[in-house]
Amino acid sequence: MNVQVDSDQSPAILRAENLGRTVGEKILVAGASFAVHNGETLAIVGPSGSGKSSLLRLLNRLDEPTSGTVYLNAIDYRQIAPGELRRRVGMVTQRAYLFPGTISENLRFGPRQRGEELDDRRIEELLTGVGLAGFGSRDVANLSGGEAQRVSFARTLANSPEVFLLDEPTSALDDESKHGVEALVTQIGREQSIPCVLVTHDVAQAARLAHRVIILESGRIMRSGTAEEVFRA
Amino acid sequence: MLKNLFHDQLQLGVAQATVAGIVALVVVLLSRKRGIHLERELAVALVRGLVQIVAVGSILLLLLRGPNWTSIFLLLVMIVAAGATSARRAKGMPQAFQVSTWAIACGAGSVIAVMTLLGVIDTAITTLVPVGSMVIANAMNSNGLVLNRFRADVLAHVGEIEAALALGADGKSSVAPYVLASFEASLIPAIDSLRSLGIVWIPGLMAGMLLSGARPVYAAVYQFVVLAMIFAGSGLTALVSTLLMRTRVMSPAEQLILQPGDLGRRIIVV
Repeated sequence: MNVQVDSDQSPAILRAENLGRTVGEKILVAGASFAVHNGETLAIVGPSGSGKSSLLRLLNRLDEPTSGTVYLNAIDYRQIAPGELRRRVGMVTQRAYLFPGTISENLRFGPRQRGEELDDRRIEELLTGVGLAGFGSRDVANLSGGEAQRVSFARTLANSPEVFLLDEPTSALDDESKHGVEALVTQIGREQSIPCVLVTHDVAQAARLAHRVIILESGRIMRSGTAEEVFRA
Repeated sequence: MLKNLFHDQLQLGVAQATVAGIVALVVVLLSRKRGIHLERELAVALVRGLVQIVAVGSILLLLLRGPNWTSIFLLLVMIVAAGATSARRAKGMPQAFQVSTWAIACGAGSVIAVMTLLGVIDTAITTLVPVGSMVIANAMNSNGLVLNRFRADVLAHVGEIEAALALGADGKSSVAPYVLASFEASLIPAIDSLRSLGIVWIPGLMAGMLLSGARPVYAAVYQFVVLAMIFAGSGLTALVSTLLMRTRVMSPAEQLILQPGDLGRRIIVV
């Protein structure tokens, strides 16, 4: 069963069309079509192994789709250079995977890939945004899980993405850090109006953060709609 | 003692091999007493080793009497065999055999070629083949080491590499730290050989030259020459190997192909 997921708002920033990936015999994702609009958070919910992360990895082309494609601002993303695409479609994963060195160096990494150098003021601004003002010169080796995840958010935001992909961003965190990171997602979505695609196995979290929800099972979209509609069903 | 009994060199060789075989059998008997059963395995290994080395000796006998170009043919065969052997150290890596063979051909091959042209290595088949094989064998080892380390490093840092890709880095710079680390690691044996030369070990070549009556100082200097060539050949091989492999672990769309478990299947396991 393929369910079209769309809403009749502003034109879609990101639109997946019949997106699928099969490795050998195994279907990871099949026939996924949906759109993400400005300022909205779309949650992809499903049990372990349902293909949530696989689907997300197709959205910034970390894996190659074996069917369908994704349009970024109506342009087929295969026509965009991968580096440029991934700058515009930022991603935060379950674990932060920071690079050895200071927090500032981590924030500078993305812009540096295209020859841009972040100044100290911008770094401080980004760190203030994630609640880590004044942390720039700290070594990433001494951060807690929650702090590392905040740095990971700031590092992705340093690239000024147009869409934000979040792969279980709180599942490795304790409750306190989790609330902080959730507040950050809300802030990015609502205040900075960057559309977010949030992968989570936590239904309550999806209900708290997302405008719309997709339920994924065995790589296929089973239900979709507003959080209320989907979870009531 | 054996020399007094056997005057023909071939007979002497067989007698010596028998004695050496008996010594190995004593080890088997000792192991047996401790409950370790090696008889079958060792018997097969002993016979196999003897047959192989006698076969190679016979082939060499024919080839060493051949024209000088035979050595080029022999060295090329060695390079391909070395490529196949060290590719086994890079299981799961894309085009490992191709990369290894090219790397050894470029690294060891160019050093042998340049040194032969400059007259550092004699063109006589009896010099070129043994010296060349030493350079190739060491290039093979460092190629195996570099690919093995690179593979392990990439697999251990998939998260970091994909984080870099997700931030817009290209494939080459995403794996750059691991290229550097594996290149450094692969040079350790060659550097240590040079460093400990004469102190920890007197290499076979020098021992051989001394046995065959060369002047000790010349034998020593020539051993250094060979080790320097080995270092150059190994270093160049490792460099070429990592440069070739770093582009092969990435797809044209800058996706990390080399993934833990069966390629790309790890997602199923989750």
